[in-house]
Amino acid sequence: MTATSAPASELTANSRDIRPGRIIIWTLLLIGGIIMITPLLFMFSTSLKTSGQVYDLRLIPAAPTFDNYLRVLGDGRFMRWFLNSTFIALTVTLSNVFFDSLVGYTLAKFEFRGRYFIFLAILSTLMIPTEMLVIPWYLMSSQLGWIDSYWGIMFPGMMTAFGVFLMKQFFEGVPNDFLEAARIDGLNEFTIWWKIAMPMVVPAISALAIFSFLGNWTAFFWPLIVTTSRELYTLPVGISSFSAESSIQWELIMTGAAIGTIPTLLVFLLLQRYIVRGVMLAGLKG
Amino acid sequence: MAKIELQGLVKDYGKTRAVHGIDLTIKDGEFVVFVGPSGCGKSTTLRMIAGLEDISDGKLLIADEVVNQREPKQRNIAMVFQNYAIYPHMTVGQNIGFGLYTAKLSKAEKKKRIEETGQILGLEKLLDRRPAALSGGQRQRVAIGRAMVRDPVAFLFDEPLSNLDAQLRSQMRMEIKSLHRRLGTTIVYVTHDQVEAMTMADRIVVMRDGHILQVGTPTDLYENPRDVFTARFIGSPSMNMVDGTIASGVLSTDGAQVEGLTLPAHQGKVLVGVRPHDLMVTDDVDGAGLSARGEVEAVEPLGSETLVHVKLGASQIIATAPGRVVPPIGSTVSLKAEANSLYLFDAASEKALGRA
Repeated sequence: MTATSAPASELTANSRDIRPGRIIIWTLLLIGGIIMITPLLFMFSTSLKTSGQVYDLRLIPAAPTFDNYLRVLGDGRFMRWFLNSTFIALTVTLSNVFFDSLVGYTLAKFEFRGRYFIFLAILSTLMIPTEMLVIPWYLMSSQLGWIDSYWGIMFPGMMTAFGVFLMKQFFEGVPNDFLEAARIDGLNEFTIWWKIAMPMVVPAISALAIFSFLGNWTAFFWPLIVTTSRELYTLPVGISSFSAESSIQWELIMTGAAIGTIPTLLVFLLLQRYIVRGVMLAGLKG
Repeated sequence: MAKIELQGLVKDYGKTRAVHGIDLTIKDGEFVVFVGPSGCGKSTTLRMIAGLEDISDGKLLIADEVVNQREPKQRNIAMVFQNYAIYPHMTVGQNIGFGLYTAKLSKAEKKKRIEETGQILGLEKLLDRRPAALSGGQRQRVAIGRAMVRDPVAFLFDEPLSNLDAQLRSQMRMEIKSLHRRLGTTIVYVTHDQVEAMTMADRIVVMRDGHILQVGTPTDLYENPRDVFTARFIGSPSMNMVDGTIASGVLSTDGAQVEGLTLPAHQGKVLVGVRPHDLMVTDDVDGAGLSARGEVEAVEPLGSETLVHVKLGASQIIATAPGRVVPPIGSTVSLKAEANSLYLFDAASEKALGRA
């Protein structure tokens, strides 16, 4: 409580003393904030408009309607895409948290020949843009019969170089004494990782989970390429298909997108406190 | 409880040898303290006993069995680390109980053991707390609790008190010592603090550069150091060293007079050691022993005594004055060390020649 009250009193003291530098910073932050929030507001606004009002750029619709929501939610395909995205994002996130941490831990805490080389090799894959990988992924999927399957959509993201890098950096901060104490207490290496090391890097796990979930929830390019049947579409691919039918139905696209933001907001709200706590702890210890 | 034997124990890190084939037998129930400066190999030796470091050469026996190839958990030893290594995400009870993780005991039995251990260490009311809510001393007790609960054959302590403040450190010293008396378990304790070594050990092992220099009881090491390093390392403040020469049975020193001493048979340069507590600031300098006069450069009044830093020839030495006597800085004082309180060392080899 003292930690929060101190900055609060500082803020009051500072607000009395308004300097030009501060005004410039506030203005810039305000402009940045507006730029970021405007598309979001238009998305919600458009989702409440009829097709005729879409190009009426007023933020508050003249006659708001929930018809679009009823249409989108009533369409069985939308729910299917929603569930597809949920399943894929959750599975890939769990896989990332598990494998990235396992590899990161091994690279951080075990001495073995070639450790540095393996780490560099993993890191170097970060330099390759997704667009370049899509063709090999597609050829591989096609040869292995993974085209148009959940596995086909998920496999490229099941383990990421970024996740390994992030987890390795955090595991390096876990003192070896903890692991050695557990070793003396008779735990095997896997249990040490799971029971001792993992709980100590919860902030990193939360960050990785958020990045991974958001990345997969909004993934568009690869799922579009690897799927052909509509039942396997993820939400972004499905929503974009609204534009392919006869004309672009912006109000339906925006409604789908509005519903699609809900899980991402939930994930962030659920996990962000761990990140904030992690950052705070790091600050206190430092 | 068990005897621990180190036979020619060697540790190499690549081409660097950290521990040079040391031999030592730690008796069942003994409290042995390894002491030495940073990098002397004491922690490495402890970690080899624990099984956390591979042994490069030699043999390690616990309870008469060679355990070189055994995993830490198979050695049934417990270790307390410098930073306590108590898990922040578990309560005190869970931390203590973690020592029983692999024990084949019923839940009720484990709970009973945890409560008993908590009681012995005065933690019974804190079992549901998280480590973050504990003081440094309490955390250290939790770490000891986790080690105790398993009933190991030996406890290994790796500088366990260095993170505590001075007052708590002296309290924990006594607690660990009384715990040892109560449990009777073999303890191997590593520290760089000679006070900890002197106050707790049955025997002290002085290490330097991967070698054991001397093994003995605290009194033995204090009274009969085998070399300059041990002489200066054991005892606080450190032993004063003055350059000297023995020629034709006469000892002459840099800035001091020596009279009526029985000297060891040695010719050539020597180091004359005298402990600050044996070198008194006094006006009565007659009789056998070492006497000197010098200028006071600094004083440290400690209440019960005053440490007086005196310039003697080219070097500075520390002498003791009674508590209420605080000589002014810049004044000249007379110093006297009685016969048999001088330690003589060969200047080249730094080995002890005997007392005078």
